[in-house]
Parts: sequence; structure tokens; C-alpha cells
Amino acid sequence: MTLVSDVSPDKHVVVDPVLTMRGINKGFGAVQALTDIDLDIYPGEVVALVGDNGAGKSTLVKILAGVHPPDSGTVTFNDKKVSIPSPAASRELGIATVFQDLALCDNLDVVSNLFLGREIGAFSLDEVEMESRSWELLRQLSAKIPSVRIAVASLSGGQRQTVAIARSLIGEPTVVILDEPTAALGVAQTAEVLNLIERLRERGLGVLLISHNLADVQAVADRCVVLRLGRNNGVFRVAEVSYEEIIAAITGATDNVVTRRAAATSANNEETSK
Amino acid sequence: MTQTPATPTPMSATPTDLQDERLLRPTGFGGTVGASIRRVRGGDLGSLPVVVGLVVIWAVFEVLNSAFLTPGNLSDLLVQSAATGVISVGIVLVLLLGQIDLSVGSVAGLASAILGVLLVQYHWPEWLIIPAVVLAGVVIGLVYGFLFVRFGVPSFVITLAGLLSVLGLQLFVLGPLGTINLGFTSFITEFSLLLFVPPWLTYVLAAIAAVGYGATAYLSASKRRNAGLSAPSLAWTLIKAAILLVFMVVGSAYLNTSVTGGIGDSFVLLVVLVVIMNYALTRTKWGRSVFAVGGNVEAARRAGIRVNRVYVSVFVLCSAFAAMGGLLLAGNLGSASPSTGTTDTNLNAIAAAVIGGTSLFGGRGSAYSALLGIVVIQSISNGLGLLSLDSSVRYMVTGVVLLLAVIVDSLSRRSRTAHGRA
Ligand SMILES: Nc1ncnc2c1ncn2[C@@H]1O[C@H](COP(=O)(O)OP(=O)(O)OP(=O)(O)O)[C@@H](O)[C@H]1O
Ligand SMILES: [Mg+2]
Repeated sequence: MTLVSDVSPDKHVVVDPVLTMRGINKGFGAVQALTDIDLDIYPGEVVALVGDNGAGKSTLVKILAGVHPPDSGTVTFNDKKVSIPSPAASRELGIATVFQDLALCDNLDVVSNLFLGREIGAFSLDEVEMESRSWELLRQLSAKIPSVRIAVASLSGGQRQTVAIARSLIGEPTVVILDEPTAALGVAQTAEVLNLIERLRERGLGVLLISHNLADVQAVADRCVVLRLGRNNGVFRVAEVSYEEIIAAITGATDNVVTRRAAATSANNEETSK
Repeated sequence: MTQTPATPTPMSATPTDLQDERLLRPTGFGGTVGASIRRVRGGDLGSLPVVVGLVVIWAVFEVLNSAFLTPGNLSDLLVQSAATGVISVGIVLVLLLGQIDLSVGSVAGLASAILGVLLVQYHWPEWLIIPAVVLAGVVIGLVYGFLFVRFGVPSFVITLAGLLSVLGLQLFVLGPLGTINLGFTSFITEFSLLLFVPPWLTYVLAAIAAVGYGATAYLSASKRRNAGLSAPSLAWTLIKAAILLVFMVVGSAYLNTSVTGGIGDSFVLLVVLVVIMNYALTRTKWGRSVFAVGGNVEAARRAGIRVNRVYVSVFVLCSAFAAMGGLLLAGNLGSASPSTGTTDTNLNAIAAAVIGGTSLFGGRGSAYSALLGIVVIQSISNGLGLLSLDSSVRYMVTGVVLLLAVIVDSLSRRSRTAHGRA
């Protein structure tokens, strides 16, 4: 899986972002988790969101997923200003989220978890249809799950993660957010998830991928957004940036304007300092 | 997700869900039985402990007093079970959410008081009283739901306050009258105490139930097979339907030999309510969300479930069932009095749900536990009554049985964790 992503510089001139965040602030009591965050997600693009532990990545995800409302700032979805007050609202917009803490119901079986909130047949559940579709979905992800009729509690960490990822694909999302989706996965399953991310991009979905694994980021992401201590700390076009430069932005070792490249929205990537 | 090239075309004829080589494949008749045994070993006890317990209790009481298993006594026992059983169905729902309602006894008492006043003082027709009383239950449930959702007060505190307030309301409604006799001509009294299903109808109902069970099981099995999934063997389905039929026909025939009794209408009402709630819990989207909220609220919320609506709907149903139970309770006694619903109704209803196998920890249980649990409790009460032991012993024994049930619940939870079914 080498880097073959399309990085034609004017790709985004014609396409509007599907999702835009501007000036997002979020505090938890004394902790200012996010300060003045900007983020764009384009259709057919994989954006990697990287940053150290506690940088605020999951908080950003939760704002988009409707788990926490932002204190201030705007979210624009398909050119419309939206508020995302609840997870249900986020789903209705077409945002599917895989949470870092997975958010599965341990007492329910795999099928029930996959279709939770989206069951087929409100007054007479179609278990057969749901089970067949579960198997189809899990097979695509090369999931090693022996039975979909066992409680999720009895699955291994990676199996649970696969279930959480599979769940985000049910329904027809336009933006998929994956918070450290491969953290617990085996080699084959990680490769499948990366393949899946590429398939999602081909289908024109916007993907926000959070990962600490820069190899994965470099393999699938088009753009890489760095957060540091709750602030934007650079946006890079993955094809044109070195591993070291991303590390530097994450850790803040060379936190200066020269290394900061705002490549995302600009048509010209040769822009250097301001 | 349609564009994957190499999907199913399963290897050989193995059903889609049994292809993992680590699975012990439960195929055919033996496999289905084996799977059930493994499930119990793994701490997924279902209703097994309570059924075993019931058999033991009946055997002990029969040995102590041979009047216990006579058709007349069993018939009484079932009629006595109905009122608290209906209340217990509501308790099962709140327990599934991991919540509790301590006020069901008071709500039942209030329902009986409203019934008494409307019937005797205002001469309302009973077809109007019944929905009015249930509506009162719905309103109480709405208040609980609102307080819980809006302020996040723990349900046991809300309903403890409810226990007192509603009891006060009950006394207020009864007013200076104190006890109101309903008179034995009232439909509610007749229904809950005196009316029995005609013998021929019991057999028809038994046949309908068994055929209905067999047919749904058969249809769902063939649907699964058509979709390439494994399904329980036909033989096993037939055997289960046949066991159900024999059990119900023999039971009805035995009860029908009683001169004055049989199968009470009120008990049939309880069974019907349990079957309906079981369907709602296991086969509808709403039921699925009840289990999800009971298992992990935050996960349920993030899955887009409107958690607050689930809470409110369950509190409303619980209070509505309590009100219905209150009507039966008043009917059983033929009167509405300040003490209706006060003594042990509350605890019996809660104990029944737990004894029947619904977990106190939320997210695990079944509507049937209300039915099984109340029959256990009523058997103890009835059996000790036959031995002319007074209520001191009855309370102690019921307390011990409840404790046993909770221990079984906790132990099976531990075993589930060990066997990975937490
Ligand atoms: N619910 C909460 N209540 C209080 N503080 C919180 C909460 N959630 C996050 N925080 C704080 O916000 C900051 C950012 O947390 P966040 O989970 O977004 O980090 P992260 O970038 O996802 O880190 P990691 O890589 O470890 O997952 C942390 O300082 C954390 O303590
Ligand atoms: Mg995180």
C-alpha cells in the first residue's frame, strides 16, 4: 500500500468542503481543550488529524459527533451552518463516527450493536436481514469474529474495534470519522481498514482519520492536520511533507512559521512564510 | 458496500454464521441441545433457576400439606398472582434500564382509591373508569420521567418521594370514607376474582399458543436457512412446541377439574400482558433500545437513540401497569381501602421480577420473569398459609428467597464475566 493518492494542487479549487469548522473553542472547567480550531473536510479526501496525547483530537471528534456542544465557533455542513446538539443530529447529517472508546453495548450481541439505532423493521425486527448484512459487512473488513450472536463483551479488543468500524458503515454516511481505528488491530485487519478508507475516498466520502501511527497516515491520508495543546499547529499535504516535519509539528520542537504550511485551502503549495 | 468482488459464495454448504473454524458447530438436534447446555454453564441461566426453584417449592409444600397441589388451591394461587404480577411486569421494564420504581404499591393503592370513588360515589361506568385510572398511572409515570430526565435525580429517590406522596394522594382521594366496598356485582371484582375461562376455551387457547409458537419458530428457521444462516433443527422446534402443548393441556385439564375454579380470567390477562411485553422487548426497535440503555447509556446515546424518550416511556409503562395491578388488587379484595397496596405489594412486585431472573444491574432480563417470579412468591405465601403459619414466617421466607435470587443474579454475572458474556 504505497502512496498513490491524487495530489493535484488545484483539486480543491473546484470542490467545496463538505464540512467546515471555524474558530471552534471548547473548555472543560479549567482545561481549555480546544482553542480557535479550523478544519476542512473535502469530499473524496482523507484528512488525518494528528497530535500528542491530550491534544484535543477526540474532543474535536465529539463535537462533530454531537456528544459535546462547542463553546463557540461554527460548523458548516454542505454549505449550511449547522448545530449538532445530539448524536442523533450528527447521524442525520450523515456523519458516522467510530469513537476511541468504541461505545458498544456489552450486553447486546454483535448484530444488535451494528444496527443499534438503525434497526430494520421498527415494530418487527428483521433479524435475518440484519444478520446477513452483518456477515457481509464483517467479511469485507476481514473480521475474525466467530459468531455475531455472542455478546460484544466476549470479543477481543480488536474484534470490538472491528465491530465499531463496521457500525459506522451502516446507513449512508457522507463523512466518516475514525478515532484511532487501528489502535488494537492485527496486521491484516489494519490493512483492511486502510483499504476500506481508500474505498470510502473513492466513493467520494470525506474521511477524518485520527491516528498516532504516522505510517498509516502517510499511507492513506491526503492532508494532515496537526493539533498541539488544543490549537491548530499546521496543515500539511502528506505527499509533500516528511515524517520529521510532521513530528516536529506534533511535538512543537520547531514551532515556527517556516515549518507551518497551510497547504489545505490554498491552490499553491509553494507558499512559505507569511 | 456492494462493490466487493469476492463476497459470500460460501465454501460448501456451511451456513454463513458457522464458518469460523473455532466455533463448536451446533448442527442438528444434538447440536441444539448441546448449545443450550453450554449456555447455562456459561452463566446465561435464563429462567432455569426459577423453574427449578418452583419445582422444589411445590414439592416441599406438597409434602408438608397435601392440599397444596389440589386443583382448587392451584387455581386460587394463580388468581392471587395476577394483581402483583401485572405490577411486576412494569418493574421488569425499569430494572432492565438499571433503574427502580419503589412507588408501584402506592400507585396501585391510588388506582384502587380512584376506582372506589368513581364507582361508588360518582357512579361512573366501569368501561370509563378503567382508562381513567390507567391514565392516572400514565401521568404519575410522566412526572417521574420528567424529574429523572430533567434533573437527573436517581430514580430510587424520585420514586421514594413518590411512594409517600402518592400514598398521601390515595388517602386524600379516599377521604373521610376510609374503606369503600365495591360490591361483588362490579365487573372489576368479578373479573379479578370470580370469572374463569370456560374449559373448552382453555384447550383452544393452549392449541393456539402451541401452534403459534411452532409456526413462528418454523417460519423464522426456514427464513434463516434461505438466507444461508444456520437454524435450529426442525425436530427440536417440534419437540418444544409439543412440550408446550402437553404442558398447557395437562395443566388446564388439571385445573379445570376443580369445582369452583379453573384458570382465572385475571391470570390469563397477566399472561397476555407478559407475552405482549416480551414481544415488545425482544422484537421491536423500542425494546432493543431499552436493553441498550440498560447496558450502556452513553453508547446508546451515541448510537443516536433518544435516551430520554426511552426512560420516560418506561416510567410511564411501569406506573400504568401499577395502576392496572391496583384495579385487580381492589377487585380481589372487593374494596378500596387505605391499606390497599401498602403492605407487601411493593416489595413482592420487585422481588418477583428479580426472583424471575431479571438482573438488578440492568440490561438483562425478560418479561417472563414477572410471571415466574410472582408464581414463586405466591406459592410461598399460599403454602405457608395452608400450614397456618402467620405472616411473620411468610415475610422471612420470602426475604430469604429474594436474597437467594439476588445471589444467583450476582453469581451468574460473575460467571458471565469469566466466560466472556458479561
Ligand atoms: N469529558 C471531559 N471532561 C474534562 N476534561 C476533558 C474531557 N474530555 C477531554 N478532556 C480534556 O481535554 C483535553 C483533550 O482531550 P482529548 O481526549 O481530546 O485528547 P486526545 O487528543 O484525543 O488524546 P489521545 O491521543 O490520548 O486520545 C485533555 O486535557 C483532557 O483532559
Ligand atoms: Mg483521543
